[in-house]
Formats: sequence, structure tokens, C-alpha cells
Amino acid sequence: MTHLAPATAKPDRPQSGAEILLRALVDQGVDVIFGYPGGAVLPIYDALFQQSAIRHILVRHEQAAVHAAEGYARSTGRVGVVLVTSGPGATNAVTGLVDALMDSIPIVCLTGQVPTHLIGNDAFQEADTVGITRPATKHNYLVKHPDDLARIVHEAFYVARAGRPGPVVIDLPKDIVIAPAPYAAPAVTPHRSYRPNLHPAAAEIETAIALLKSARRPVIYFGGGIINAGAAAQLADFVRLTGFPCTGTLMGLGAFPADDPQWLGMLGMHGTLEANLAMHGCDVMLNIGARFDDRVTGRVADFSPGSRKIHIDIDPSNINKNIAVDLPIVADAKLALAALIAAWRADPRPGPAAARRAWWQQIAAWRARDCLAYRQSMEKGAVIKPQHAIRQLHAATLATGRDTFITTEVGQHQMWAAQHFGFTRPNRWLTSGGLGTMGYGLPAAAGVQVAHPEALVIDIAGEASILMNIQELSTLAQYRLPVKLFILNNRYMGMVRQWQELLHGSRYSHSYSEALPDFVRLAEAFQATGLIAESIDQLDDVIATMLATPGPVIADIRVDPTENCYPMIPSGAPHNEMLLGPDQPASSPFVSDEGMALV
Amino acid sequence: MHANSGAERRAVISLLVENEAGVLARVIGLFSGRGYNIDSLTVAAVDESRSLSRINIVTTGTEMIIGQIKSQLDRLVPIHKVADLSAAGPHLARELALIKVLGAGDKRNEALRLADAFRARVIDATTESFVFELTGNTDKIDAFLALMRPLGLAEVSRTGIAAIGRGTAVMA
Ligand SMILES: Cc1ncc(C[n+]2csc(CCOP(=O)(O)OP(=O)(O)O)c2C)c(N)n1
Repeated sequence: MTHLAPATAKPDRPQSGAEILLRALVDQGVDVIFGYPGGAVLPIYDALFQQSAIRHILVRHEQAAVHAAEGYARSTGRVGVVLVTSGPGATNAVTGLVDALMDSIPIVCLTGQVPTHLIGNDAFQEADTVGITRPATKHNYLVKHPDDLARIVHEAFYVARAGRPGPVVIDLPKDIVIAPAPYAAPAVTPHRSYRPNLHPAAAEIETAIALLKSARRPVIYFGGGIINAGAAAQLADFVRLTGFPCTGTLMGLGAFPADDPQWLGMLGMHGTLEANLAMHGCDVMLNIGARFDDRVTGRVADFSPGSRKIHIDIDPSNINKNIAVDLPIVADAKLALAALIAAWRADPRPGPAAARRAWWQQIAAWRARDCLAYRQSMEKGAVIKPQHAIRQLHAATLATGRDTFITTEVGQHQMWAAQHFGFTRPNRWLTSGGLGTMGYGLPAAAGVQVAHPEALVIDIAGEASILMNIQELSTLAQYRLPVKLFILNNRYMGMVRQWQELLHGSRYSHSYSEALPDFVRLAEAFQATGLIAESIDQLDDVIATMLATPGPVIADIRVDPTENCYPMIPSGAPHNEMLLGPDQPASSPFVSDEGMALV
Repeated sequence: MHANSGAERRAVISLLVENEAGVLARVIGLFSGRGYNIDSLTVAAVDESRSLSRINIVTTGTEMIIGQIKSQLDRLVPIHKVADLSAAGPHLARELALIKVLGAGDKRNEALRLADAFRARVIDATTESFVFELTGNTDKIDAFLALMRPLGLAEVSRTGIAAIGRGTAVMA
């Protein structure tokens, strides 16, 4: 834990637990809390009222508080902080906590609790928060004594960001925040039991370099770990130094520039043909900060069968979990990359240049298939293709020259955004990867905008997902957060419809978006601007108006309701059995029963 | 190769953990949440001054699964140390069983004779019952129970194992 000088001087009167809590937060560098009040946290809200160091953003649902804090955390690299009341406040936050756990986002979530003497009595708004959130967090605490309060707060921040980051809950009984409590500055001594290994062993780096130098068909595959480690610059250096092709996961997008010729595009279920075939056919794979997730591997038995695999991860439990690797390296991605760069430079071996040229030629041939192609008619009145809408949005945001952050909801629009919006910088792409939480994008965008008031923040949404946390329009209005909601409105839960079409005989069971609101009037009801584009000739104007509007905007982009997201590796299929488009048989013969059972 | 391929083995895993509320729930939750087996589990405070407890877990799984179990345990915040005693070398494992056998006549005599051979102690007796106390490794207790089954075995209470490495090496 790094030592921070206490920012708040000790006053002469004893401070309440609530005041001590805020003082500890300030000493941890907290400037914003996303929260929602209630009985058990009233003393904390009272203390918040009487200070000005920490800003409180009132959300409209506790799930949104956590997603907003995730947006804040992922876009700044800092810990996001949440404050909710006991019982329903805490249970509402659970989805956000699991989301942050799956995507390794550092969060400290303060939950109110009934007074210590009532715990276990089924008191009003009592829930077993530490019990409920134990599997939903990296760690959690129940503060039982005022003496422990400050120490636990500091420890929680350490745990949230150390090693593989994640969410931490501190459950605060009401009597603890009312009673006087002593202050303790952040500890300078190492944590008693939790000390993740950060430094790669020299021998491991040496072996890795030997493997990489000899590679004839190499590929570098990275994930969100690069972003968490702040290692994008090192990654780019290493990729360019080696000249190797590189691909990334959904969570890693932006860590390597999408306009670089060495970038193969995203890999996995909706990844590019060239990325997935390179993974399948490589002879040496270097994975940095990714976890061989099932969306990436497809059928594990057939995953990259001929390659030797190097896996660098800060979390030893990610190693050999899904895929057995030849060289595991437990280390921080930034330190490991720095060591790889130095060792590569120091090693004069040229490597099999001709074989690598042939490998790049093979990749060029795969690329030439242009797997992300779509057909957009430019005739007046023609229906908008969702892919095209994202490409036009990307071009228009580039033209503004503004720092642009994209969040998404979950579904086809999310995958199209990942495929077609070219991310060139880290921390600018925020999406719910591991949990796949519909309703993530709007509150996450609010959190990003709070952290970056001048930036352009856009939630690329589906019309179904956006309704899951639509109440946050009120938060946007209250804090004048000029978030743009770019809804690819296909009148379907598109991703569900796509699976039903491909796997369930086109029986569209409950996937039609019935009784949608009028999004333009909905925007107006929340003091935002509502726009609608119904055909291709209206698209660019709507995008331009949206970007030029100073306040929040809902842009209802009516897109082709039947468009499917390709390429697609059906669940349970290997990487070299990809569906490239609708021209391939809908009921593909290689979707096995086992594959049907997968999600 | 993936996680479920390969032969299964039995592993004896010892943990040194912070002696605080919720640690056991975390460990058990990890096993149930991720679908790992617990064959037995024991826990008790072992170091008052450093407030440490020791948890001994017997589990079975493929090498990959056991590797996973160890690294999943290791990343729990209040866990100080994870040791796979069965992989680390020779180790000792003992458990205690209390075994109630009902019966009369020849069977009763046979039960007593076998108990003697196993060095089980009689800690309670009536004219129709014995309670034996037996300490040993799991195999020994399993073998004794198998012998008692036809002789009127009625009830068993076992502690699960306490385990420790042989020699001078110390887990701390
Ligand atoms: C909270 C939650 N519930 C259900 C799902 C399952 N799900 C995944 S995508 C999807 C449809 C999303 O529809 P929409 O937001 O319109 O996006 P589209 O796929 O049409 O782009 C559903 C229901 C989910 N991911 N999250």
C-alpha cells in the first residue's frame, strides 16, 4: 500500500465513524461517490452534506451506481466508489458488483447495515450483505468495531486495486458510523496475507523469448489485463518490435490501435476471420492479460491445436483454467512486457524470416475475405444497416477531434461496435464483457462523463437494453451530463433473435421489442434532445446534430431488424468453423447438441 | 488438453488462514461455487498470537483441477498459505472416528477382538453396544468400518483429517 499523507487535519473534537470514513476516502484520493441514500446510511449522508472534498452523484437505482463507478474507474484507472443503503440498496447493487468482478474493475462499495445489535434479527431493511456479496466480490468486510473502520477502508482500496482488480464491499452497521472512531492513516507495511506477485522471473522471460524468436507463425493475443496494468504503450512497443500479428479480446479493445497494420481485429465468437484463423493456425501464442474465456476459445479441445502457448497473467488462477499452457508467467503485464522488450532487444537471433513472411501472406489472404463486409444501399429511403451506422458514427467522432469514450449495452449492437468502431487508445471502450449486463452502458457513460466532463461520451445501445436502466436519464438531467445515447433500434432483442434464427428454427419466442416508448418524446421528458433517423438519407444529419448538441441526446436509429452479427463461431465449434454470413446454411450442420447447450 | 481430461487424484491441502469471521464460508463457497469436491474438511485455531487457523481439506480432481483449487484458494484475501501436502512429499494425516456397534453374542466378541487388533479403544459399552474410538489415516478407518459393517455397525462420527508434513520443513 502506498503511503499517502493524511489530507484532512485532525480536529479537536472526536469524529464520528461517518466522518472518519470520509476522511479515509479523501486520503485514498476519492473525489466522487456514486450513491443513493436510505435509513442505514443517513449518518454518512449527513457527513457528506457537511464537507466539500467529495462530490456525490445521486443515481436513480443502486445497480446504476455500481456501473457508473465502473465507468469512472475504467476510464480513469482509479478506484470507483459506491454508497448504498442496507437491504434493498445492497441487493440492487449486486448485479453491478458481479459485473465488476467478472471484468476486473476496482470498486469500493460502501453498504449501510442495521445496527450491530440488530444483525441477525430480520430487522427492517436487513439483508445478509456480506453473505450475499461474498461470491460477488473480490473481498468483503463487515465493520464490527469503530477501531477497525479506518484500517478496513484503507485495506479495501488496496485489495480493490492490487493484483487483479475487483470490487470490495464494506458493510457499515449504523451504530458504527454514528459512534466516535479513531483515525488511522493508510498503512505503510505490506498486507498480512494478500501480496500478489508482480515481477516475472528472469528464467521465464528467457524461455519466452526463445520460443518467440523461433516462432514461424506467431500471434500475440491480449485482453483487459493490458488496460488494467496501464501497459498499452509497452504492448504497442513489443508488437512493433517483433513485427508479429496481434489480436485482442472484447475487454482489450483500444489497448492496441485498430488502425495499425499489425492489428488483426478482435478474436472470439464474433471476432474476425483473420484473428481466429491466426489463433487456430499459429505455432507460438503469446497471451498477455487475457483469460482464455469460452467466448474466445470456442471448443476447447480444438483450440489452437498446434501451438505452444505462453500465458502472462497477474492472477495465477487464470492459468491452466480452460487451456493448458506451456509457459505460464504470473506477473504484472506492464512489468512482463518491459522485461520482454529488453530481452528481445538483447537477443540478436533473427528468427525464421521467410516463414514469417509466408505467415503474413496467409493472413493477408484471410483479410482479403473482408469478413466484416455488409451491404448498405445508399438509395433514398433505404434501411440503415447497423454496421454502417457505427462506421459513420466513428468517422464523425474522429472528425470532431474530441476525446471520445464509447460504452455499450449488451447484444448485437455491442458486437458491431466492437467490430466497426476503430479504437485507438486504451480506457476509451467500456463494455460489460464477462457478465454481459444489459443496462450497463447508460450508467457507465454517466460515470465516464463525470470523470471527463469535456469528453464526448456515447452509449451505443440496443432498444431493449437501454430500457433496463433508462431511469438514469434523470441523473443525466440533474448533473447536466451530455451523454449521447445512440440506439440501434432494430425492434428486436437482436442477439436473442439471431440465436433463435440459427439454433431454434426461427421461433422468435418473446424476443420482439413490443410496446417501445417514443424515444424522442422520452428524451424530451428528461430534458434531453430526441432525434430519429428512419432511413439512410437521415443518418449522417442525425449523427451530426447529436454530436453538435451540447446536452444529453437520445438518437433513435432505426436499423434493419433482420440483420445478423457475423462472423460467428457457434457455441461449441472450433475457430476454423466460422459462419461468415447469411449465405451459409442457417441450421449449420456443425452445431452439435453439446453446442446447443452452451450459451 | 482441458480441465477435465487426465486422471483424478486425491489431494490433501492445508491452509493457514486469518482467524476471522467468514473465512470458512469463503473457502466452502469457493468449492461449491466452482463445483470442486470436498471429501473432508477440518478447521481449528493453531496460532493464537498471530491469530491464524489451519484448514485441512481432502479433495479429488484432475491435476488441472487441483492446480485450480490451489490458485483459487491462494487468491482469497485472508489466506496466508496454501500447501498441497500430497504433492509436497511425505506427510502424515490422521483422523479420529467414534464408532457405535450394536449386537450380542459372537458378533459382539468378534467386534471387540478386531477393535483390539486395530488399537481402537472402547470408550463406552452396554451389554448390547460398544463405542470405539479409533485414530489413524483414512484408509485404516475405512478398513475398520468395513469390518464392523457385518458385525452391527450402527453409527459413525468422523473428524476429517488433520495433516502435517514430515521432517523439518514447516508451514508458516
Ligand atoms: C440483464 C440481462 N438480461 C438478459 C440478457 C440476455 N440477452 C443478451 S442480448 C439480449 C438482447 C438485447 O437486445 P437489444 O438491447 O435490443 O440489443 P440488440 O441485440 O438488438 O442489438 C438479451 C435479452 C442479458 N445479457 N442481460
